Amino acid sequence: MTAQGEPVLTVRDLRVTFRTDDGPVSAVDSVSFDVRPGEVLAVVGESGCGKSVTAMSIAGLLPPSATVTGSVRLRDQELVGAPEPTLRRVRGAEVAYVFQEPMTSLNPVFTVGSQITETLRIHQKLSRKQALARAVELLALVGIPSPASRVGAYPHQFSGGMRQRVMIAMALACDPAVLVADEPTTALDVTVQAAVLDLLRDLGTRLGTAIVLITHDLGVVADIADRVLVMYAGRVVETGPTQELFDAPRHHYTLGLLGAVPTAGRRAAGGRLQEIPGLVPVLHEQPDACTFAERCPAADEQCRAGAPALEPRDTDPTTHRAACWHPADALLTKGR
Amino acid sequence: MRSYLLHRLWQSAVTLVLATIVVFLGVRALPGDPALAFAGEERDPASLAAIRERLGLNDSLVVQYGKFVLGALRGDLGTSTRTGIPVSTMIGTGLPVTIELSLLALLVAIVLGVTTGVVAAVRRGRPAEWFANALALLGLSVPNFWLGLIAILYLAVGLGLFPASGFVPFGEDPVANLHHLVLPALVLGTGIAAIVMRQTRSAMLESLGADYIRTARAKGASPRAVIGRHALRNSLVVVVTVVGLQLGILISGAVVTERIFGLPGFGKMTIDAVFQRDYPVIQGVVLVTAAAYILINFLVDVAYSLIDPRIRVAGGQS
Repeated sequence: MTAQGEPVLTVRDLRVTFRTDDGPVSAVDSVSFDVRPGEVLAVVGESGCGKSVTAMSIAGLLPPSATVTGSVRLRDQELVGAPEPTLRRVRGAEVAYVFQEPMTSLNPVFTVGSQITETLRIHQKLSRKQALARAVELLALVGIPSPASRVGAYPHQFSGGMRQRVMIAMALACDPAVLVADEPTTALDVTVQAAVLDLLRDLGTRLGTAIVLITHDLGVVADIADRVLVMYAGRVVETGPTQELFDAPRHHYTLGLLGAVPTAGRRAAGGRLQEIPGLVPVLHEQPDACTFAERCPAADEQCRAGAPALEPRDTDPTTHRAACWHPADALLTKGR
Repeated sequence: MRSYLLHRLWQSAVTLVLATIVVFLGVRALPGDPALAFAGEERDPASLAAIRERLGLNDSLVVQYGKFVLGALRGDLGTSTRTGIPVSTMIGTGLPVTIELSLLALLVAIVLGVTTGVVAAVRRGRPAEWFANALALLGLSVPNFWLGLIAILYLAVGLGLFPASGFVPFGEDPVANLHHLVLPALVLGTGIAAIVMRQTRSAMLESLGADYIRTARAKGASPRAVIGRHALRNSLVVVVTVVGLQLGILISGAVVTERIFGLPGFGKMTIDAVFQRDYPVIQGVVLVTAAAYILINFLVDVAYSLIDPRIRVAGGQS
């Protein structure tokens, strides 16, 4: 584990509701987590489970139709409800983002150099020349060949993987305390994904940046995350150290996600991938019940009558917690 | 970038040559005998033949076309069959008036249209957008001639703020020149402003929804930088296209406004030439209009490549 010291980012009881034409939609419900410097926390779940909304709410990037309550603390600074100028000083400088699609996330009409220097010049008092020199350094840092000449190139002149490196360089420009990476490798070729993940992991460790990695890809999680937060329908259903959670998942949703990952050998055994039946529900309000009950093989009346708390189950160590009335048997799931 | 420009320049030259052929043949294909029109009341076959000979109408089409092109290259577009004034002189007096009027109208259109378009996109779903949309609808619906008459009635005659009609060349008195052109430019500009506004608004809405806007906000950029730098720059291609098209339309189509405000412009000259079947003038006017369109298109393409770097690459490769 590379994580050390006090959490740099503390999220407590985060709730996000969107006003829509069909009434309010609850996207995130009582989400809490900590991230420490140098640590990689993966937030995992299917589409629509609230992971991206959680990510965007950290620096107040949600549209005006969203209502955010709870607490997001960056060291000692409360970000929920903070005025816009305060948030602008935090964005890019303390909390930086890397998004999914690097082609559309970079502005096509500006050179990558000018997009990196823009971040620098918003937050630091640098001359144009100093900022450009720093941009070249950053491009070198993220492994872009001949950075001094590439700094004047436009996004369309880079390959997908290189563009994502530019995004990472831009995000790291001001040496942020927290880097939020929202599906950073989803749009990339498989061959490039590993390189970009290694880069993130390596830079996070070297610079002591806390990384919140949003993904639906458990392969990515296994590669670089220290801890995992599994979300379902806006709630955290299970959280724990990566290895432990992979070895002994307690929540049936986590179990289902792991069952849906193709692994070598399983095909040979004649098995087919296990999908989780049904879809993530759209919730107008969060029910006092387990939201996964409708899709859960172990659900019973208790699950539909009350929401299970996120707490240590059975003999699990305290760091591994699941929100389930009938957690999967540790012995059964161990070493699947 | 340079190869792209050369490529576009070559395309423009080819288009211009084709335009001269179409203009030349088009005028020859018009019904009616130019010699008859030139002769007026006189129907004497001998003098008609003399006129034909003098106008070069007895030469083969190829020779006539060659003379036409060579003349055009020297700036000689023939003489008006009505007035005997060289066509180039007529165009030389009419065209600058129209170009000045068109550019002023475009200035009005760009300032009004882009501002209201950006406001409408940024304030989407709020009263400011409804107001901007209503203004645009009004601008599109109100005919130029009516707006012109109202402007003359209230602003010129009623309040006496501007002259009701007439023209003073810029060289003679720049202030009086602009004073005379304010009303026509406003009248002509409002309709175009409405078109520019609607295109700007929809382009801005698209840009503002793009991923790179989210990136810009995530950097900590101010709303001003997000809208003015990131979104507007990406919307400009659309705006430049509309403005270019409108400039072309203005040069040949400002005729109603020119009439109302008594401006000795290009549009008025064109209409007169058509009604009087003054072939050399029609030919010259159409050729100049075509050349203007080709030039505007070229400039629009140059502007594209300055705004969006991806276009340079696409053009250079083809």
